Amino acid sequence: MTGPQAPPALRLKRIYEVAPRDLERAGTVSTEVRRELLALGMSPEVVRRASVVCFEGEMNMVLYSEGGRIILLVKEDRVELLFSDRGPGIADVNLASQPGYSTAPDWARELGFGAGLGITNMEENSDLFKIRSRVGKGTVVRATILLGVPFF
Amino acid sequence: MKLADLAQLLGAEFVTGAEYADREVTRAFAADLLSDVLAMVQEEGVLLITGMTTPQVVRVAEVMNMGAVLFVRGKYPTGATVEYAAGAGIPLLAASGDMYETCGVLYQAGLLPARRKGFRLDRPASPSRPPA
Repeated sequence: MTGPQAPPALRLKRIYEVAPRDLERAGTVSTEVRRELLALGMSPEVVRRASVVCFEGEMNMVLYSEGGRIILLVKEDRVELLFSDRGPGIADVNLASQPGYSTAPDWARELGFGAGLGITNMEENSDLFKIRSRVGKGTVVRATILLGVPFF
Repeated sequence: MKLADLAQLLGAEFVTGAEYADREVTRAFAADLLSDVLAMVQEEGVLLITGMTTPQVVRVAEVMNMGAVLFVRGKYPTGATVEYAAGAGIPLLAASGDMYETCGVLYQAGLLPARRKGFRLDRPASPSRPPA
C-alpha cells in the first residue's frame, strides 16, 4: 500500500462536563456513555470495560479535580475516552497509579471510593492508556479500547 | 434464584422494582468498596450485596448491568438513590441481617459467587466451593 492510511472514520463524539464535588451527579457521565455504546451495538465486554474506565475517571475528577470534561470518541476500530481537568495536577503520577495509594479524604471513602484503585482499574480495562499531569495545570488521561482485540 | 425467593429467604423487602420479582440472579458479589465491584465483577446480571446506600451504588450497578442491589445491615437508601434506581430499572432490596449472615444464607441456598478477576492470593487449583 502506498501513502498514509486514512484515519479511522469517526462514528460518534460526545463531550461531557464534570463538575467538582458534585456527588449527586457523579457517575451520570458513565451511565450516558454506556447508553451511547449500547445504542451503537457494541459488545457487552466493550461496554463494560468502557463503563468501568469512565466511572473511575469520572469519580477521580469529581473527588479530586477542579472540574473538567470527558470526551467520548467512537471510531471504526476503537473507543476512546479522554479525560482532562483544570487542576490541581498530580505531583507523582507513578506513585498515584500504584494500587492502594490514595490521598482520599474520609468523605470520599465513605462513598465507597478512595481505596487507591482508580487509576489501576482504568489501566486494567484499557488496551492503550496514557496519563499526563502537571501540577498547577491539570491532568489528561487517554484510555483506548481496541475493538476486535482479545481481552484477558 | 428469583428475587422474590431471595426476598422471602432473607425476610427482605423490595425498596423499589417489585415488578422485577421474577428476575433470576444466579451469582452474587458482596462489597462496600465500589472500586472492587468495578474491578472484579466480570459478568452481567450479578446480585450486588452491599451496605453502601449512595446513588453511586446504583450507578455502578447500572454500568455493570447488575441484576439487583441488596442492602444489608438494615441500611436503607435515600430518596435520590431509590428514584434513580426506579428510573434505571434496577431493583433494590433491603435486608436486616449483616453482610456475613446474608451471604451465608444465600450461599447455602445455592447462589454462587460471581465469576471475577484473579485475586493476589488465588491458587491455580483452589476450588470455587469448599468440599461438602
